[in-house]
Amino acid sequence: MTIAYLAAGILFIQSLGGLSRQESARKGNLFGMLGMALAVGVTAFGPGAGNYGVLIGALVIGGGIGAAMAARVAMTDMPQLVAMLHSFVGLAAVLVGFGGTLNPANTLTGVEATIHAVETFIGVFVGAITFTGSIIAFGKLQGLIGSRPLLLPGRHILNLIALLTCVFLGFQFVGADHGAALQPLIVATVIASLLGIHLVMAIGGADMPVVVSMLNSYSGWAAAAAGFMLGNDLLIITGALVGSSGAILSYIMCHAMNRSFVSVILGGFGAEEGKAPAAGAQPAGEVTSITAEETAELLRDAKSVVIVPGYGMAVAQAQHPMYEVTKMLRDKGASVRFAIHPVAGRLPGHMNVLLAEAKVPYDIVLEMEEINADFPDTDVVIVCGANDIVNPGALDDPSSPIFGMPILEVWKAKTCIVMKRGMASGYAGVDNPLFYKDNTQMLFGDAKKMIDAVLAALKQ
Amino acid sequence: MKLAVPKECRPGERRVAVTPENVARLVKLGFSVAVERDAGAAASFGDDDYAAAGAEVVAGTREIWQAGDIVLKVQPPAAHPGLGVHEAELIREGGTLISFLYPGKNQDIIDKLVARKATAIAVDQIPRISRAQKMDALSSMANIAGYRAVVEAASFYGRFFTGQMTAAGRVPPAKVLVIGAGVAGLAAIGAARGMGAIVRAFDTRPTVKEQVKSMGAEFIELNVHEDGEGTGGYAKEMSPAFIKAEMEMFLAQAKEVDIIITTALIPNRPAPILITEEMVKAMKKGSVIVDLAAENGGNCALTEPGQVVQKHGVHILGYTDLPSRLAPTASLLFGNNLTHLLADLGGASHFRLDLADEVVRGALVVRDGEVIWPPPPRPPVVLPPAPKVVAAPLAAQAAKTPASAGVAGPVAALIAAIALVGLGLVAPPAFLGHLTVFALSVVIGWQVVWNVTPALHTPLMSVTNAISGIIVLGGMLQLTGPLSSPVVMVGAAAILLATINIVGGFMVTQRMLRMFRR
Repeated sequence: MTIAYLAAGILFIQSLGGLSRQESARKGNLFGMLGMALAVGVTAFGPGAGNYGVLIGALVIGGGIGAAMAARVAMTDMPQLVAMLHSFVGLAAVLVGFGGTLNPANTLTGVEATIHAVETFIGVFVGAITFTGSIIAFGKLQGLIGSRPLLLPGRHILNLIALLTCVFLGFQFVGADHGAALQPLIVATVIASLLGIHLVMAIGGADMPVVVSMLNSYSGWAAAAAGFMLGNDLLIITGALVGSSGAILSYIMCHAMNRSFVSVILGGFGAEEGKAPAAGAQPAGEVTSITAEETAELLRDAKSVVIVPGYGMAVAQAQHPMYEVTKMLRDKGASVRFAIHPVAGRLPGHMNVLLAEAKVPYDIVLEMEEINADFPDTDVVIVCGANDIVNPGALDDPSSPIFGMPILEVWKAKTCIVMKRGMASGYAGVDNPLFYKDNTQMLFGDAKKMIDAVLAALKQ
Repeated sequence: MKLAVPKECRPGERRVAVTPENVARLVKLGFSVAVERDAGAAASFGDDDYAAAGAEVVAGTREIWQAGDIVLKVQPPAAHPGLGVHEAELIREGGTLISFLYPGKNQDIIDKLVARKATAIAVDQIPRISRAQKMDALSSMANIAGYRAVVEAASFYGRFFTGQMTAAGRVPPAKVLVIGAGVAGLAAIGAARGMGAIVRAFDTRPTVKEQVKSMGAEFIELNVHEDGEGTGGYAKEMSPAFIKAEMEMFLAQAKEVDIIITTALIPNRPAPILITEEMVKAMKKGSVIVDLAAENGGNCALTEPGQVVQKHGVHILGYTDLPSRLAPTASLLFGNNLTHLLADLGGASHFRLDLADEVVRGALVVRDGEVIWPPPPRPPVVLPPAPKVVAAPLAAQAAKTPASAGVAGPVAALIAAIALVGLGLVAPPAFLGHLTVFALSVVIGWQVVWNVTPALHTPLMSVTNAISGIIVLGGMLQLTGPLSSPVVMVGAAAILLATINIVGGFMVTQRMLRMFRR
């Protein structure tokens, strides 16, 4: 059994390693599945398991729901799905913790009992935060909850009080007898749930990619804590793997946005930034708008085109016609590439998934660092539903809330066409001086309709 | 509004102000265009090409000058050799001229334009600001001159540019020195590199070092440090100490290199003499000097403007018409510059010369017969030292980070160590085993994920998400006991939720990955 767990652990590591590269990604996924099957199978037939009817029933129902969700979700809704799944892990961790406490077969004494209680408590605490935090994240991504950060007065104090209360309750829980232990645990769960809600509510929609991967990390830590509680090494290994990889992923994202890692973990950011008013930064100037026909004209003459997709493209489902345009231009010999900002979309790598769905070959999809130097040699840049990630204010306006965030320097191209529904500002809530630049043309309208129109004009 | 494009009359001038391609775009801007017969002939554009693009072809020089509201030309107006009349006197009264004008040294032309109550825009006076780059004809011509300088050098240089290993023996590559890394210099570097030569470049402005390197040349630096950055992207004159060091370097280089291309200009001054007769003597026989500053006197003491001379076995090319030697491309780029300028002035329908516009104010020499050049000196544009603004917070951050890390790091490590020792004293061995596993797994997760391509972040996340469904084991281990006990019910719920996660996560990852393709 230990050997099987070891094998499963190694398979999981292989799986994560495999997913770091396009070529090996599918194999990585397969390894993950094998590892999981192995772990579940061995546990089911090993000691400590029983009640097979219930087990199989739960597995089948859960598997059915999961499969249905995975098969039906649209690629644009991926962030919501991931957030939703995180909340399940969180809830499961909470349940496992409660189960452990309720279990009458608990016979540990002395130090072991204390450690066990601490582990249980931590598992439940993290699990509860993950659960409610993910639900809020899901709500925000789905548009059920406003994406603006909700800033309660003195929220850091509130968080601190909640945390201290939980620590206090933790002591009570550890010190309590079997029967009495449940009460502090329940109270702590409620407080942790509120904390989870509060932490994520305070974060603006634009920072969702970081939040989602952070919650991913939390869910891993919760699983690891459960592993400690049950003395199960595989749970510990896997939980730790997921926890640390999620943390790294969040760190990479933060780095890309030039934000502090710590402030994200504490769920505080988007707030300090928000306080600095962007007053006086109102760029004066006129906005030049352009029609779909003129856009097609420009594209027809262009030798090199870069497309910068953003969340707006995802919302409008415009990736398919966009690729049609790309194909047409490439057939005419123009070079067409996609530039992906690390935080474009609402999920790390969100844009890559959408473009992949539209069958855009991934070797013309480039990262920010790879393509930023090429903009001066580019004839036409199409910014499709992106805003903050192409805001020059991030580079030259210290009063801008997003100052210091590396961005795609699209205005260095000869012409820059910005597709947008209106003059509204992006998630960061700042005006974008890009729209007022001389070489910027605005193409107002729904991204999908506009690209369809451009496509029609190109075909003529 | 009608644009008129006369044939250039200066001997040897092959360019034309507007090409058929430009005509099409000008017509789109709402202008009607008239072109003198054979105006584009020397640049390989036929009258029928112009007609096909929508231009009217007009016979006769006087007629074409009279035909347009705006006359577009390359060279400044000059005495027309065929008609015996000065071109500036042909312009329609109150008409507008757009061309190179060099108002600083062409007072006589300006006087004639004033007499005709004309308006004149000198494209050479368009300020070098980023907004006006698309209209900057000096830059586009300099680019061509730089390229052509290398081509001319190659035709006079009796050897390969690129080194070759042939069955018949080894041929070394040519060594090219480019002095002055402005637009022309950079273009020359690019062209010479493209032909396979070893290129080095020198410029008094250290800021261009990166540009030089980006073109693939070696940047020569002096031991004397002085920044030669002047206004408007040009160089300024340097101190005697600097010049002395510079000249010593040039002499040393002259002995070594095969081709020297000089492009050094300081605004409103004769070109500085950088290559003395002594240096020419020091060069190998068969070497070539191309002097792009010949029009302003030349950077080489022996240059004869407009001529090719051979002195001390070295060919010295003093061509002043390098852009014209690449007439079709030069005409197209010049025409593009004019098109952008005309578009910027409002096209045909909203044509307006707005003195508040920095570009117009800079380039407008005569307005309705009144000389308004030079424009009042504007306060030197204080370019916000952008890098510094950025650097300051960064520096502050950098200063802060090591300090705080310096204290926090060891302290945290100490606390962690104490905590671990404490744990080790009281905790049971089983727990320590788990802790070891935990710590190692964290490190592995860390290592494994560092190098993930950003494109795969989403699949990675959904896979880790599926894997974190491993919590199912926790539920499974709690299923022992009577069916109705709360433990079992809770465990079953946990299993159910975790399974949704496992199956959903893996399947959706599979779906995503299937879509990634090359």
